[in-house]
Amino acid sequence: MADETSTPSAPSTSRPEGSGPGGPGGRPPGARPSGPGGGGRKFFRRKKVCKFCVEKIDSIHYRDVRLLQQFVAERGKIVPRRLTGVCTTHQRGLARAIKQARNIALLPFAARF
Amino acid sequence: MQRTYEIMFIVRPDILDEDLDKLIAGLEANITQGGGSIKSLEKLGRRKLAYTVKKFNDGNYVLLTINADGSLVGEIERRLRVSEPVIKFISVRMDEEEKRVAKIKAIRATRKKLSAQPAAIPSAPVEPAAAPAPAIEAASA
Repeated sequence: MADETSTPSAPSTSRPEGSGPGGPGGRPPGARPSGPGGGGRKFFRRKKVCKFCVEKIDSIHYRDVRLLQQFVAERGKIVPRRLTGVCTTHQRGLARAIKQARNIALLPFAARF
Repeated sequence: MQRTYEIMFIVRPDILDEDLDKLIAGLEANITQGGGSIKSLEKLGRRKLAYTVKKFNDGNYVLLTINADGSLVGEIERRLRVSEPVIKFISVRMDEEEKRVAKIKAIRATRKKLSAQPAAIPSAPVEPAAAPAPAIEAASA
């Protein structure tokens, strides 16, 4: 129903996969806010962009924990690309860096509870 | 063949400073004797570990960047494994990555040169725009 109000917008049609699993991941699905208020303004899903491409971070190094921590979930898991918007190339490097950081005890394999 | 490696290791937190210095000096001697060279040595200090290692919750991090052969790195790894105060280590080859970054930087530099000449660009499109116009006139005439 929400899609009917925002049919002309290309991003909503191109990202149906992202909205589905994105819901349980803690992120409010885009369909909800646009549904009730859908009379006047159109809801555009913000296009996710790769942080590394935008900020021109060339080397993803296992040492900068601050950077890597943004892409690790609370439990210590690597956050999937569909949630963060990181491009394929950088996600690959990111995953490698996170795994190296885990080996040297900079990042946890699994957060304890 | 000499390659750049980065070796990071964690020393147990209850070690004395002199012992740590002695350990590092020993490693340095090993590297230089084995035909390698040390690019930089950095003591990152005491840090909390993300998980418990050998019943320790924090450790002294040391970062060592070296130029060495693969066999020498193997030897250093063996020594780190044997030495008792070192509780964890990782060695990463850096030269490929550095090469890749340098390449990207070079490409970016060439791009910047193109965008650094905005004065030349406005004059350029005027000519092609002006050129078709007479052609149309000629066609209509």
